[in-house]
Amino acid sequence: MTKKQIWDYSPAPESTDHIQLKDQYDLFINGKFIPAVDGKYFDTINPSNEKKIAEVAESGKADIEKAVASARKAYEKTWSKMHPKERGKYIFRIARLLQERAREFSVIETMDGGKPIRESRDVDVPLAAAHFFYHAGWADKLEYAFPGRVAEPLGVVGQIIPWNFPLLMAAWKLAPALATGNTIVLKPAETTPLTAMKLAEIIQEADLPPGVVNIVNGAGETGKFLVNHGDINKIAFTGSTDVGKYIMKSVAGSGKKYTLELGGKAANIIFEDAPIDQAVEGIINAIFFNQGHVCCAGSRLYVQEGVAGEVITKLQKRMESLIVGDPLDKNTDIGAINSKMQLDKIKTYVKLGKEEGGTIYQTACSLPKKGYWFVPTIFTDVSQSNRIIQEEIFGPVLAIQTFRTVDEVITKANNSPYGLSGGVWTDKGSKIFKVTQDIRAGVIWANTFNKFDPSSPFGGYKESGVGSEGGIEGLSGYVNLV
Amino acid sequence: MSQRIDIQKTYKLFIGGKFPRTESGRYIKWTDKNETTVVNICRGSRKDFRNAMVSARSASGGWSSRTAYNRAQILYRVGEMLEGRREQFMAELTLQGLTNKQAKNEINQSIDRFIYYAGWADKFQQVFSRVNPVSLPYFNFTLPEATGVVAAIAPDDTSLLGLVSIIAPVIAGGNSIVILASESLPLSSISFAEVLHTSDVPGGVINILTGYRSELIEHFSSHMDVNAIIYCGHNTDDQKLVEINAALNVKHVIQFPIQDWSNDKHQSPYHILKCQETKTTWHPIGF
Repeated sequence: MTKKQIWDYSPAPESTDHIQLKDQYDLFINGKFIPAVDGKYFDTINPSNEKKIAEVAESGKADIEKAVASARKAYEKTWSKMHPKERGKYIFRIARLLQERAREFSVIETMDGGKPIRESRDVDVPLAAAHFFYHAGWADKLEYAFPGRVAEPLGVVGQIIPWNFPLLMAAWKLAPALATGNTIVLKPAETTPLTAMKLAEIIQEADLPPGVVNIVNGAGETGKFLVNHGDINKIAFTGSTDVGKYIMKSVAGSGKKYTLELGGKAANIIFEDAPIDQAVEGIINAIFFNQGHVCCAGSRLYVQEGVAGEVITKLQKRMESLIVGDPLDKNTDIGAINSKMQLDKIKTYVKLGKEEGGTIYQTACSLPKKGYWFVPTIFTDVSQSNRIIQEEIFGPVLAIQTFRTVDEVITKANNSPYGLSGGVWTDKGSKIFKVTQDIRAGVIWANTFNKFDPSSPFGGYKESGVGSEGGIEGLSGYVNLV
Repeated sequence: MSQRIDIQKTYKLFIGGKFPRTESGRYIKWTDKNETTVVNICRGSRKDFRNAMVSARSASGGWSSRTAYNRAQILYRVGEMLEGRREQFMAELTLQGLTNKQAKNEINQSIDRFIYYAGWADKFQQVFSRVNPVSLPYFNFTLPEATGVVAAIAPDDTSLLGLVSIIAPVIAGGNSIVILASESLPLSSISFAEVLHTSDVPGGVINILTGYRSELIEHFSSHMDVNAIIYCGHNTDDQKLVEINAALNVKHVIQFPIQDWSNDKHQSPYHILKCQETKTTWHPIGF
């Protein structure tokens, strides 16, 4: 089989001359940009070339104190007192300003995080704006969301978000919290702080009352200060299951509420009667979207035996046409791995997969010299007990198994501590309903994968989390029903 | 003429639709206020709890996949059976310290609570499900779905109503449950199990243990196959313990520090939702 690409593509880089980036970003507290109390900064780099983009103030305990105090004051003095209709208008403003500056945000997202510009342009940024727009309208309509109950805000919410969809996760967290009348201290991930700081500029431009949204930066230590702060009413977290469990233990007995969107190891199931070519596209999207840095990625593939040979051959052929490289190039399918740490983790798992007896297939693409990269990888000859089947890798690595019967594949799919998402490919409607009903996971894609919308709840069963984000279920995590 | 000797009841556990004694062979001596009646209550063990969990898990799939109409009828049937056993519960509740009037009220409310949730069993999904207007050519809908197996520490200050108020919404939502009955007022819980036994609730859907809270709470909250833990009480150490242990496998935690279960505000479809997951399904629209 030839491994040469069918087409040669000329470079089509998105220009960066229209974006505005400062060399240094401070914390956003009480409506102002202020340096950290102890004056520390950390670098944020472009993972595709390892160059420093900017430095960002690192929050210590004193900064968290300030941010929470400012959020509390804004909650008591303005935000909870404001007419919900007016609250909604501020959120609409944020949505509009984000749409206006979508191009700039897309480029910065791609530079800071390594994801292909096609994805930040077509998915992350428009969806982030849509989240603000959708939730804005809820602000003065909450009595229709919760029949028989009155929805009251919780107070000050601490939000901690991951690096895989930095701006989008900020929008998922901020929009419902604001619409329901809470004030916020948000901590973006330490490798991807920039779009959140740009969002802070928009929040300032939108003239949101000072202190309603505060943004602090830093790594795990900063997050701990926020989680353990005594004047926080709720923690909303997206990230690993280990950290989620740490948060549950930390807030135990404190009366703090929490919603957790944690890890996943989704089963993507291909039945013999599936439209095979579409399914192959679906497998590609399920595992290689955003370099596989997706908690709901379809990282366990189950193919019915009769079509296993065909599916795997077609999948390998399709993988060869994936373009891995410069994230700013509009033709790029797979960008850079977000950080060195994540790259090392992926490499460890791939080594483990081989040691456990898996057969590895990697595409022949050449990778840039600088930056963090990993080639699209699939494993066959793996079994349920293998660690690459049980544990979340969070990279472009797919593990493939086969099955014979529907009952067998449902058992295998559910044999996981996780339960975030799943995929089913078949032409038979009744089978879709049977399988989607029996898979213990919060989001199921039938004949599609990795689709998101602000009106559509997203959240996990079992060790994939507590609570949902998006839709009415998402709102319910930010209110007390009395 | 010789006087007839009463037949006394042996209070056992209720696991998997059967009435076993505790495997531990231990007992707790329970006496009424005047110490005229003495009953040996099973002192349930960790092993009893684990056996009950196995029953609850194996019953869970079948129960959640029954039609909502069928579940509703079975809950209604529990109400019917309770109604028919008033005398037995009157005797037990008064023995446990209630006046006749209080006992009557507790029975009435317990029956009504089951009927209330029987009515919800085939409606809450309708009220709390949605078709979401996504901005893509997809049909997208969201439904509540049973979380699975619920472990519960029942309220201590009521013998029947508290137990019923916890069990009814959990099973109306398609879950199975293992519940630890009131430690100080345990009698009605096992008689309630007799009601369940005659009311078409499949074995294993509801499992009732008696024993010491302080001994069992650790096991209820740390068991790795429990999906949600309900704690009824005011002890802050217990509340914290439950929340810490819940982190082991990310259980849902439901705290009910409720004083007075007789208030109707403590019955609500939102109680059903506390033990539900949210499932969203996407499918393309096209040719």
